[in-house]
Amino acid sequence: MAIRGKAHTVGHHIDTDVIIPARYLVTTDPAELAKYVFEDLDPSLRQRIAPGDVLVAGENFGQGSSREHAPIAIKGVGISCIVAVSFARIFYRNAFNIGLPVVECQDVQARVSEGDELDVDLATGVIRNVTRGEAYKGTPVPEFMLRLLTAGGIVGYVRAELARERQ
Amino acid sequence: MAMTMTEKILAAHAGRPEVHPGELIDCTVDFLFANDITAPLAIKEFEKMGVAQVFDPDRVAFVFDHYVPNKDIASAQQCKITRDFVDGHNLPHFFDVGRSGIAHVLLAELGYVVPGDVFVGADSHTCNHGALGAFSTGVGSSDLAAAMALGRLWLRVPESMKFVFHGRPRPWVTGKDLILKVIGEIGVDGARYGAMEFCGDTLTHLTMDERFSITNMAVEAGAKNGIMEADDVVLEWIRPRARRAITVYRSDPGASYVDVREVDVSTLDPVVSAPASPGNVVSVREVGGVKVDQCFIGTCTNGRIEDMRLAARVLAGRKVHPRTRLLVIPATPAVYRQALDEGLVQIFLDAGAAFSTSTCGPCIGGHMGVLADGEVCVSTSSRNFVGRMGHRGSKVYLSNAAVAAAAAVAGKLVHPDEVVRDPVPV
Repeated sequence: MAIRGKAHTVGHHIDTDVIIPARYLVTTDPAELAKYVFEDLDPSLRQRIAPGDVLVAGENFGQGSSREHAPIAIKGVGISCIVAVSFARIFYRNAFNIGLPVVECQDVQARVSEGDELDVDLATGVIRNVTRGEAYKGTPVPEFMLRLLTAGGIVGYVRAELARERQ
Repeated sequence: MAMTMTEKILAAHAGRPEVHPGELIDCTVDFLFANDITAPLAIKEFEKMGVAQVFDPDRVAFVFDHYVPNKDIASAQQCKITRDFVDGHNLPHFFDVGRSGIAHVLLAELGYVVPGDVFVGADSHTCNHGALGAFSTGVGSSDLAAAMALGRLWLRVPESMKFVFHGRPRPWVTGKDLILKVIGEIGVDGARYGAMEFCGDTLTHLTMDERFSITNMAVEAGAKNGIMEADDVVLEWIRPRARRAITVYRSDPGASYVDVREVDVSTLDPVVSAPASPGNVVSVREVGGVKVDQCFIGTCTNGRIEDMRLAARVLAGRKVHPRTRLLVIPATPAVYRQALDEGLVQIFLDAGAAFSTSTCGPCIGGHMGVLADGEVCVSTSSRNFVGRMGHRGSKVYLSNAAVAAAAAVAGKLVHPDEVVRDPVPV
């Protein structure tokens, strides 16, 4: 699975409260949540994001609350993939469960600038920076997580499990 | 192979003789729950999964705690989704306003989680229950929906880290200070994906209430779960409430840990997490004098009866500073009732505090005490991220209940000794 898009960079330890503040957790609608994504981090960020863009982050992206509204809001605003040095564990699971791929890569945050064109290969974990003509070796997305993605997230996975059990 | 408690519990629930850190396993779940914010999304996903009923209605709970009593029409609509689902599926374990409390405190109090369990909740602070010697972890709504459908969940077996607490805490130093101290040392991702196992002679001085506030905040170091052995203190507490059979797991002497930290608590002063990270931990003396607009005592971290008692000890015969507001919110109806019975509510009201029905409200900047731009709050909650309790320009210091109560009286951050000159040993 390959993804191409323009990069938007954020810092380390971005928490789910700044991704989508709790005051907006009164809906589960992706389009509605997307209206407020990153409001307490950088209110103008969401306006710069175009469908298909890639979010680039530092360590421990998505720390804090288990709110799945966080990856839903990010996907809802059009981000196709997040590449970060590392992810908080609940966010990592939630992202794959809703069909938003995320990749871990040590170098990406230090090397990528806002607006760089990135090419992300989920299976190999290689991120090509088209703008700078560089490539960074990330961690390949584990096979199990790729299966979740191709199943369309956890819903598809559970449907397949249930079908298997019924046989 | 020698295993940690976490590994033993997971192996037992995966039907394997042993498991190793890093392995992906399929695990049976003993009990699961969602709250009023996470349940509607879990229900939406569950209904797409093509299954008529939850795997076992007796092992699923819904607990309303975040935006209750409902703060607005939108939150009321969200709760209605869950109520309708509960009615439609005839689910017996549903906790609505009046009978509900903050889920982690309520479900433990009512014996829904027992030593040896795999317990899963759509709320990050579900790691709370590790103090009972259970594997307990927070997940998102879709994972919860999957567990509701299958009665199982895939998990990556976490590496374990061990934290050995030595010594007797000084007066005004609580379990909260111990966990903040640890998070300050290892950082907010110091235990990322891992299991934090807490042990040491200090635990014998800590009641269940204090132990829960330690495991409750394991997620603030990035951990999957926090855990403590089910010792006599745990067993005495859980036996009268347990709804299922108890299994006690102990870590083997040769179990492997990626890190072992010794923490001497005997010289520790009360600490706070300064804005805007739980990992930004300093002694309360270092930030003494910071002017405070609001103090909040409550939440799944510190809304238990001992927190109420600790606050009352500081507030008895004193008044909240004229320029400061104090909110006291017991975590459950049982804590509320006990605070009434013990005369603590009288003390809070005499001091000029607001005392309210159980809700997570202020902790998430939801309702019941939202902060304005530039305001400072001392809170017994677990997170002080930007905008957590209100305006993005507000600031939150995390502390124990005595520090929060002392700040309310002084109108500024102080060591409780400065307010209570003759402290009763805590």
